[in-house]
Amino acid sequence: MDLSLSTRTVDNRTVVEVGGEIDVYTAPKLREQLVELVNDGSYHLVVDMEGVDFLDSTGLGVLVGGLKRVRAHEGSLRLVCNQERILKIFRITGLTKVFPIHTSVEEAVAATD
Amino acid sequence: MATVELRFTALPEHVRTARLVAAAVARRAGVDESVLDEVRLAVGEACSRAVGLHRLHGLESPVRVSLTEDEKKFSIEVADEVPETGSPSAPGRHGEAAGHPAPVSDEAGEGDMGLAVISGLVDDFEVTAGGTGGTIRMSWPTVPPPLAT
Repeated sequence: MDLSLSTRTVDNRTVVEVGGEIDVYTAPKLREQLVELVNDGSYHLVVDMEGVDFLDSTGLGVLVGGLKRVRAHEGSLRLVCNQERILKIFRITGLTKVFPIHTSVEEAVAATD
Repeated sequence: MATVELRFTALPEHVRTARLVAAAVARRAGVDESVLDEVRLAVGEACSRAVGLHRLHGLESPVRVSLTEDEKKFSIEVADEVPETGSPSAPGRHGEAAGHPAPVSDEAGEGDMGLAVISGLVDDFEVTAGGTGGTIRMSWPTVPPPLAT
């Protein structure tokens, strides 16, 4: 399965809906999308991962890179994820301490630092 | 002991194939269903790392994956052909483990993060580096099929 990406704006936040598999082959597409959004001035991102079937360290690297980019503009990158097998990867790499992880897009959009 | 071996050109698009094959063979070997996600992720990480190393060094030789089933365990070996260098071959690049440069990208040190993920997932896990290349070995216990009565 390939990667699907779509973006929409909700209350001044840009929601990136990701579906499919994020791995060494597809992660560059996600990276391009995040870089493009930041270059276009979207600094508050919510990455909705509910449709993600597979995530590996390459995908984690892209998300960390995205976080670095938005933070350079005092922005934010929040994740939406309820899937245990995806959450586990964030947990074993310690990235649950780095990313705010929410249970719904609504919750992520409403959250403030 | 039964073995399935897979060799693939170091291209990112083939890593998914390796994951699918490994998960299918692991399931057949009797690896518990609840662990198959871990097998898929670990073999994907090992293959992504090997692909990255081959590409970094411009190697056209394939990455080799061996899937071996014996009585009590299912083992995976992922071998690259990037020789141990003994010292960093590209000074100034980040993400280099002792004697074995990790793939480098403009993001985080993904090769190292891959190994971190594998070590977090797999109890029986070993990385070796030698003159002909590096190997990641990992194994999972299998559940023997119920005896026919």
